[in-house]
Amino acid sequence: MYRITAREDLAPVTKLFKIEAPDVARKAKAGQFVIVRIDEHGERIPLTVADYDRTTGEITLVFQEVGKSTKQLGTLGVGDQLASFVGPLGRPTEIENYGTVLVVGGGVGIAPIYPIARALKEAGNTVLAIIGARNQELLFWEDKMRSVSDELIVCTDDGSYARKALVTEPLKEIISADRKPSIVWAIGPAIMMKFCAATTQPFGVKTIVSLNSIMVDGTGMCGACRVEVGGKTRFVCVDGPEFDGHQVDWNLLLGRQRIYLEQEKRALEVFVAQQHQCKCSAEGK
Amino acid sequence: MAKVQPRNEMPRQDPQARGRNFNEVALGYSPEVALAEAQRCLQCKKPTCIEGCPVQVRIPEFILALREGDMWGAVTALKDKNNLPAICGRVCPQETQCEEHCVLGKKFEPVAIGRLERFVADWEIGQGVRTPEVPAPNGKRVAVIGAGPSGLTCAGDLAKLGYKVTIFESLHAPGGVLIYGIPEFRLPKSIVATEVKYVQSLGVELKLNSVIGKLFTVDELFADGYDAIFLGTGAGLPMFMNIPGENLNGVYSANEFLTRTNLMKAYLFPEYDTPIMLGKHVAVVGAGNVAMDSARCALRLGAEEVQVVYRRTKAEAPARAEELANAEEEGIQFHYLTSPVEVLGTDKGWVRAIKLQKQQLGEPDASGRPRPVPIPGSEYEMAADLVVMALGTRPNPMVFTDTPDLERSKHGTVVANEVTGRTKKQRIWAGGDIVTGAATVISAMGAGKRSAADIDAYLKSPAEPWWAE
Repeated sequence: MYRITAREDLAPVTKLFKIEAPDVARKAKAGQFVIVRIDEHGERIPLTVADYDRTTGEITLVFQEVGKSTKQLGTLGVGDQLASFVGPLGRPTEIENYGTVLVVGGGVGIAPIYPIARALKEAGNTVLAIIGARNQELLFWEDKMRSVSDELIVCTDDGSYARKALVTEPLKEIISADRKPSIVWAIGPAIMMKFCAATTQPFGVKTIVSLNSIMVDGTGMCGACRVEVGGKTRFVCVDGPEFDGHQVDWNLLLGRQRIYLEQEKRALEVFVAQQHQCKCSAEGK
Repeated sequence: MAKVQPRNEMPRQDPQARGRNFNEVALGYSPEVALAEAQRCLQCKKPTCIEGCPVQVRIPEFILALREGDMWGAVTALKDKNNLPAICGRVCPQETQCEEHCVLGKKFEPVAIGRLERFVADWEIGQGVRTPEVPAPNGKRVAVIGAGPSGLTCAGDLAKLGYKVTIFESLHAPGGVLIYGIPEFRLPKSIVATEVKYVQSLGVELKLNSVIGKLFTVDELFADGYDAIFLGTGAGLPMFMNIPGENLNGVYSANEFLTRTNLMKAYLFPEYDTPIMLGKHVAVVGAGNVAMDSARCALRLGAEEVQVVYRRTKAEAPARAEELANAEEEGIQFHYLTSPVEVLGTDKGWVRAIKLQKQQLGEPDASGRPRPVPIPGSEYEMAADLVVMALGTRPNPMVFTDTPDLERSKHGTVVANEVTGRTKKQRIWAGGDIVTGAATVISAMGAGKRSAADIDAYLKSPAEPWWAE
């Protein structure tokens, strides 16, 4: 069992957990992910590593409550245990001194972009950063991102905080100016990554994305996560999760993310009904 | 010589009923029938059946004990060589092993050794498995990578010899293919759990959720003080055909389809969280045991029709005859001499059909089986809303991370001595599918057993050279 040692609510639907997993924390690197399972009935949920602490032996995870499993995860707190915690999986980000780099984090993607930005900064890069979310409430880690960036642009889709823009707008401004970065990293919802890649493509700026496809084992065994990159089938879990965004077949990825929509809806309904029942009976006592 | 009684059939669930539930199909012998079957054994002075068994189970001995009513004696004789008898009694291809060598089989039907093995093992489980005596620790530590058939066997044998064994398993449950691949209706997971518990009761430590190659490399395990390492990570990577449309929604690898169904219990969704796509018209590509398991799972998940597509004929199908028969009985349809050339989708990206091409048999290929030769112009469509690719598997390269000195073949299998299991890297042994490519549970167990013996011999007196051609 793997104990939750800290919890922070970054937004009403965005939660941060620290998990006690010393062996994983010892090995984890920016760009990698873990797979967690809440309990004996749980599914295997892939989550990108948001941070690691080799001295305390903790892994930081940030997740957004979307479906049944992430909502259930959100009900847990400090001291609770996870049934499984596997990692570090996937290939780490290739960190070196590229000169000037640009990192883009959208929504919950701000979490995994942070350790990448930090590692790039530590490697001597000039780090330009853009973070964005739908609204102010969903934005987090502005301070942390500022601490590892030479320059940080913050935006919200609705303008409720900082600049009113999609992340692709400042992205385009930066790459079309004379401070063109050597490489861009963009992490966030698939649709955001798709448009970031589309934005940089005409400028020929290499753009790395971290794909969030459906997985089961996360070790190359099942092929649930397969995507097409440069016309070839690749497994996100072992060949990725990072790929060249200009080579990714985004429509295939977006289509495959929808495979279980019906079942997910049903599972969520059952879960919400159960939660409601629990609350009612608890209040009745 | 007394008249030879016919071989006793084992009762099975009715094909109609069982096609809609995940309960075990084969129901096991009653004590009376087991006794009657045991009476058929000739108790040969030179038993040939043992030669047919990859782990050399003392077959006549356990059958004799059973016949004499000494059930614990039967258990002891059986488990002396086989740490996992309740599993082997269910999934071994006895017809090509012990039973093929049974003298009785020359004129009549062979003794149903597998069914008797299952009977004895199940009897023990019913009584409560006894914890065996294990010798005092000899101070040496062995790391076993993978809690599948070869790893569990190797670990069990080494523990019985006094080694401190740790098994590292990447999944959240032990058993390997026994738990993620072979379905509940063929091998109940409670049986696997009991057999694993037995191996643990020998003092073996089990570390789940531990992906070697990621969490630790094998060299880090040596640095941590292990004296030897056994690799039993199997052949877990699914193969695809690389035909157009293979990544459409509705195309599964058999590994994914079976893992969702078995390990993750998707057939109990939403009680269990893992979902699975349900097909009304399911096509399974391939005719091995994994294909049969996939087809029969699809049926139990509620498919209206399940069609198996295979490029050769029934005679070449790699599945056990018994599994083909089970599938046929349950109403699964077979299309031999056909091979997919494309998976066709709707405009929304979901499978709607597969395009098949007729084949004819040609000259034998490298496998010795006749090569399927496509017949041009014979393409046709078969409606399908779910396609399962059961084309075989390759070893997962993850365990080789940062270990370039572990030599591998061009098929991705690790090079190892057939008898001892020694790899080209000192103090690393390997066995099972990681060496042979996808094969059987019992052959993996045999390899685990032989490696355990060689690990013991080597650690007692490390003679050089390590590797001899």
